[in-house]
Amino acid sequence: MNAAADSVRRTPVVGRLSSGRLIDLAYRARAFGILAALAVLIVVTSAIQPRFLSGNEVNIVLGNTTILALLSLGEAMVVITRNVDLSVGSVLGLAAYASGNIFGHLHGMSTGTSIVIAFLVGIGVGSACGVLNGALVTIGQVPSLVVTLATLYIIRGIDIWIIGGGQVVASSLPDAFFELSLKSFYNVPYLALAVGAVVCVGAYHMRSFRSGRDLYAIGSNPQAARLVGIPTGRRVFTAFVVSGALAGVAGVLWASKYGTLDSTAGTGYELSVIAAVVIGGVAIFGGSGSVIGAALGALLLNTILAALYVVGVSPFWTQAISGALILVAISIDRVITLQLTSALRRRRVRAAAA
Amino acid sequence: MTPGGRVPQARLVLSLQHASKTFGAVRALQDVSLDLFAGEAHALVGENGAGKSTLVKILAGVYRPDEGVLVVDGRGVFLDNPADARDAGIAIIYQEPLLFPDLTVEENIYIGRQPLTTGRRIDRRAMRRHVEEVFGRLGVRLDPGRIARGLSIAEQQIVEIGKALSLDARVIVMDEPTAALSAVEVARLFGVVQSLRAGGTAVLFISHRLEEVFELCQRVTVLRDGRWVTSGPLADMTSDGLVRAMVGRDLLEREPEEQSIGDTVLRVERLTREGVFTDISFDVKAGEIVALAGLVGAGRSEVATAIFGIDRYDAGAVTVNGRRLRRASPTAAMSAGIGLVPEDRRQQGLVMDMSIARNIALASMRSLRRLGMISGGAERRFAKDWALRLQLKYGRLSDPADSLSGGNQQKVVLAKWLARRPSLLIVDEPTRGIDVGTKAEVHRLLDVLAAEGVAVLMISSELPEVLHVADRILVMREGRIVTELAHTDASEEAIVAAATGQLREEAA
Repeated sequence: MNAAADSVRRTPVVGRLSSGRLIDLAYRARAFGILAALAVLIVVTSAIQPRFLSGNEVNIVLGNTTILALLSLGEAMVVITRNVDLSVGSVLGLAAYASGNIFGHLHGMSTGTSIVIAFLVGIGVGSACGVLNGALVTIGQVPSLVVTLATLYIIRGIDIWIIGGGQVVASSLPDAFFELSLKSFYNVPYLALAVGAVVCVGAYHMRSFRSGRDLYAIGSNPQAARLVGIPTGRRVFTAFVVSGALAGVAGVLWASKYGTLDSTAGTGYELSVIAAVVIGGVAIFGGSGSVIGAALGALLLNTILAALYVVGVSPFWTQAISGALILVAISIDRVITLQLTSALRRRRVRAAAA
Repeated sequence: MTPGGRVPQARLVLSLQHASKTFGAVRALQDVSLDLFAGEAHALVGENGAGKSTLVKILAGVYRPDEGVLVVDGRGVFLDNPADARDAGIAIIYQEPLLFPDLTVEENIYIGRQPLTTGRRIDRRAMRRHVEEVFGRLGVRLDPGRIARGLSIAEQQIVEIGKALSLDARVIVMDEPTAALSAVEVARLFGVVQSLRAGGTAVLFISHRLEEVFELCQRVTVLRDGRWVTSGPLADMTSDGLVRAMVGRDLLEREPEEQSIGDTVLRVERLTREGVFTDISFDVKAGEIVALAGLVGAGRSEVATAIFGIDRYDAGAVTVNGRRLRRASPTAAMSAGIGLVPEDRRQQGLVMDMSIARNIALASMRSLRRLGMISGGAERRFAKDWALRLQLKYGRLSDPADSLSGGNQQKVVLAKWLARRPSLLIVDEPTRGIDVGTKAEVHRLLDVLAAEGVAVLMISSELPEVLHVADRILVMREGRIVTELAHTDASEEAIVAAATGQLREEAA
């Protein structure tokens, strides 16, 4: 007993934080970590190539991030519930084609109205795909990994079947539709601002509403969530519909950004989305993380791609480096968790000995 | 006269009357009644398998009784699911609570029913206030804003109790809450129970530790073999009387069979795993059956898995046939001649989807190998031979192990290890969930093995089995061996007394 007490006295107390504060800090550190990584990246890259900080470059990075961040928002909500949505790339492709194609059928309508209709079509297509995913996962009780892997191929297949070898060409779209993606406010694209606002709304919802907190509870302990009476099926279903709808919106933005659309739009994009979510600190097995983190993950991923491009690294390396980044993000999480667990255990032993 | 010793003006809060529950052929509960009064701590005691868990699950709304009525606050209620039990004001604190590790303490208490402000936003300030008020009432200090991951079991139980209070539960059932707690934590929990009682809550307290029962509770109900034995104020009872009520059946006599005991096969010296078991020393000789008795959670299975190398140990040594065994290596244990028949045969003993033949041959692949390949024919012949020896009842050897009855599954696990001709066989709860007939066969098999010179270490919670089969009995309590009994001196009373801590410490 005495020896134990002595060793306690000799052990340096890890700050004077309560266990709760310690964990809170670690979780917050995740977001700070991403921001710090961004800062380091920007400083180092601009030291090598000052062009990196030019307004034009900032504009491009933010413009590229809008679509990825929007998808990451929906994906984060799904992943937090201990599910995954692999179909977002295909949904984006289908929604992009459907919204781009609709302009050809809206002769004589004002440009404003036709753009609104294009957005509604995109959201409608995306939501429908989300309903399909959500229903199969919650009613069919099929693991989401399998369901959305299947819908990834099915939706892409529908896309190819509708479009065939053809494509929507840029000339059939109104100029105002392109300008959506082009206009910016002091080199910050308006769309980036809009997506930022949407992410903030999402974060607020996840934090301050029962339906948002329920998503965390479901991912943290699905069995306990059912036992305390959380409508787990309805919540997970909704998360998939939201993810689908956001992928639909992202499809419309894709159409506005690239103009020329064929059946390959967004192919493989789901992997970038999941990468952004994981890098952003959302636990892949659910329960923790934030949608802001996921959006920052998207920003970090795009910043890295831009930085590598600017300093002239070959595109081959960009892929390998994104992969390494995922490993680093996951390792950091793992190390923090292990450190915390053992710190808490030591604390407990000390408390018991006292 | 008032029904509860120290609760004179008590109001009947919950009354379970003549409840019965059967599962297939097993009568888990038969005509059991239980009354709980406001402000009392009521103990529910009985041996393993006496029906305590079934009773708890009925109160929790998990099982519906086949017969019987449940009256809460004077109204008959039917509990179809856990939510019904919650609405009826019954809360269950399990030994290991189900919390959300990623959510804060206060959210764990209020998830799904957080206080809201206008606009249906969560009112965090009100939530914090409520939780602090509840913890204040309980007299505990726990940061409501910390995340639940990393809370000790004791703290997790406090969170669950806080949730029960915030739901205005009038009955709180604690299912062996102290099994995983340290002495300090138990004292704190008892303080919390006193505050609950003072607030008029009825507490049903389930524990194997009789000293705790006497310290905390006013009344007791004893179950045995699924039946109600007695209820009454604890002030009128002695611990000997309580033990007798719990055990109370005729003892099985074992026909004395002289066996030649050989050399020491297994020697365990001062084996310790921090927080699980301490200073475990014993040996098992060839031809001897040694039983590790004690309550569930006393650390018996953990000792077995440590010997076999599945779990690490912090100090001590295991020697088999004079050779020191490498720690944490099941492969080393197997080549030293140890076989382990685990407690959970479905999860750990068998590969359920694999054929019976494959399962039997699984641990003998090396000897069946020809030029690095296993021939199906050799495997089948091998399996058939062992199936015959153990009188296995099966359809075809190619059927999955899942298709067998519990007893025959256990025989497959035994066959798997016997085929390796072990010098030491560790069997953990060898007859759990097995019908009486097969049980006797398994016992006969263990006897035959011992007669052939195999050393057997058996873990069993069934006292008749321990008394019937073992030559020597080591009783464990809270991670330590508290007593050793020769077959001739052993009685159920002696084992229960030692396992529950009623034994006066013998000269150490």
